[in-house]
Amino acid sequence: MLDIQKIRADFPILTQKVNGKPLVYFDNGATTQKPQVVIDAIAKYYQEINANIHRGVHTLSQLATDAYEESRKKIQNHINAKFAHEVLFTSGTTHGINAVTNGFASILKPGDEILVSALEHHSNIVPWQMLCERTGAILRVIPMNTDGELIMAEYDKLLSDKTKVVTVNHISNALGTINPVKYMIDKAHEVGAAVLIDGAQAVPHLKPDVQELDCDFYVFSGHKLCGPTGTGILYGKEECLNKLPPYQGGGEMIKEVTFEKTTYAELPHKFEAGTPNIAGGIALGTAVDYMNEVGFDNIQQQEKELLEYGTQQLLTIEGLKIYGTAKEKTSVISFNIDGIHPYDIGTIIDKLGIAVRTGHHCAQPIMNFFEIPGTIRASFAFYNTKEEIDSLVAAVKRAQNMLA
Amino acid sequence: MTIKEIQDEIVDEFSLFDDWMERYEYIIELGKKLPLIKEEYKTENNIIKGCQSKVWLQGEQQEDTIVFTADSDAILTKGIIAILIRAFSNQKAADILSADMDFIDEIGLKEHLSPTRANGLVSMIKNIKMYALAFEAKN
Repeated sequence: MLDIQKIRADFPILTQKVNGKPLVYFDNGATTQKPQVVIDAIAKYYQEINANIHRGVHTLSQLATDAYEESRKKIQNHINAKFAHEVLFTSGTTHGINAVTNGFASILKPGDEILVSALEHHSNIVPWQMLCERTGAILRVIPMNTDGELIMAEYDKLLSDKTKVVTVNHISNALGTINPVKYMIDKAHEVGAAVLIDGAQAVPHLKPDVQELDCDFYVFSGHKLCGPTGTGILYGKEECLNKLPPYQGGGEMIKEVTFEKTTYAELPHKFEAGTPNIAGGIALGTAVDYMNEVGFDNIQQQEKELLEYGTQQLLTIEGLKIYGTAKEKTSVISFNIDGIHPYDIGTIIDKLGIAVRTGHHCAQPIMNFFEIPGTIRASFAFYNTKEEIDSLVAAVKRAQNMLA
Repeated sequence: MTIKEIQDEIVDEFSLFDDWMERYEYIIELGKKLPLIKEEYKTENNIIKGCQSKVWLQGEQQEDTIVFTADSDAILTKGIIAILIRAFSNQKAADILSADMDFIDEIGLKEHLSPTRANGLVSMIKNIKMYALAFEAKN
């Protein structure tokens, strides 16, 4: 069992007041708060070892390089990648996906098919649409049912020898559905398709094992697992990354440059042009350490309790409907109240100190599927409490009274 | 009344409220009295982009002034656009174009003025001014 008060003390922002009320932070799906150790890691880098990495022979540059590469190894261990050079630093999930879609531009041919799930965030739709425009490949959508679960029978039917890529999120940001990614990866491999898993919403809740999953690419953002914004990871199997051309040209990613011909560096540097977010990369390693110290078993236990309690309490509100009722889901509750626009509720409960996300959650196709303009999304983290859920429920009821 | 006089009147009304709750309740009241856009004008063209809720706005020339009607699927948004319409409807295009927006700040809605704010107050103001610009160019 977690000592929640002790955990909460690790997060300085949680003691804040917002609009004169104690902050209830339920927008963890958008970004999680940062523990003091992560904040300290960023400051410590700038105070003690700030220097550019992989370049200088001087001591500071060596120290910074060591810290950065140590962080890469921590993340390699965390996701159980075979090699450290399969773990590439990015600015976030979106960057990771675009690096992959850009690489596929020289591989795909007209008529090739890309399967994307109906549950995706825009950042795992639009880059693939852009890729289709460039290559003549065709985007096909794996449909979902009204519980917000992907329909595997339909997925099986969509797969064919034309399928070159399958891209799906591990967990849906808008509904919290945990997708059967292991099954989907195995099925895709049977037809020779590569698989990208968008792990942005998964990494705060679980420890992905990329070798066990056998995915070809796994991308996530650092800021959703208590790390800094502007950090992320693109994991790719060595042979998959080697097949892709580099995404950006610049310093760091070269072996030799002449005006006639440039040869590229080996992995991971081939995909890491320019000076990276060094402080962020190092602090992401600290965040991963922190999450592992808290323990993913503990995190899941706490979040499961919050999900059950939150679902039960919210359903006491008259006219409240929850979207996303998959059997396998994480601590996300997306809901609406009969006859009231989600924006109105969100605006009023903000005044009561409660931070939730309202709107389409960058997943308009999902909102279109349910024929709604958006939802109110409360997404819980392990540092949240049942008392905070009580505050949410009371605030929603008060808003409902005002707006009805 | 001039735009400035109406704005001052609105500021006066809002100064009666002590807390945000009363302010929002008043905005909800105003939303209910919004001069509604005719159903036939609720077209894709009249939707204001950049709002989390849907907002339709229509401006029509009546003699030398512009009359605005609007609607939204969110009640707070309706209230906010009702405030704008009260200030800018039945006014001359040139006056609308030269009007300043300080009163938004004074009635405690400044937070809604951020360009990324989801209710799109900035887009609403821009659309009102675009109508004024278009009418002025035509005449």
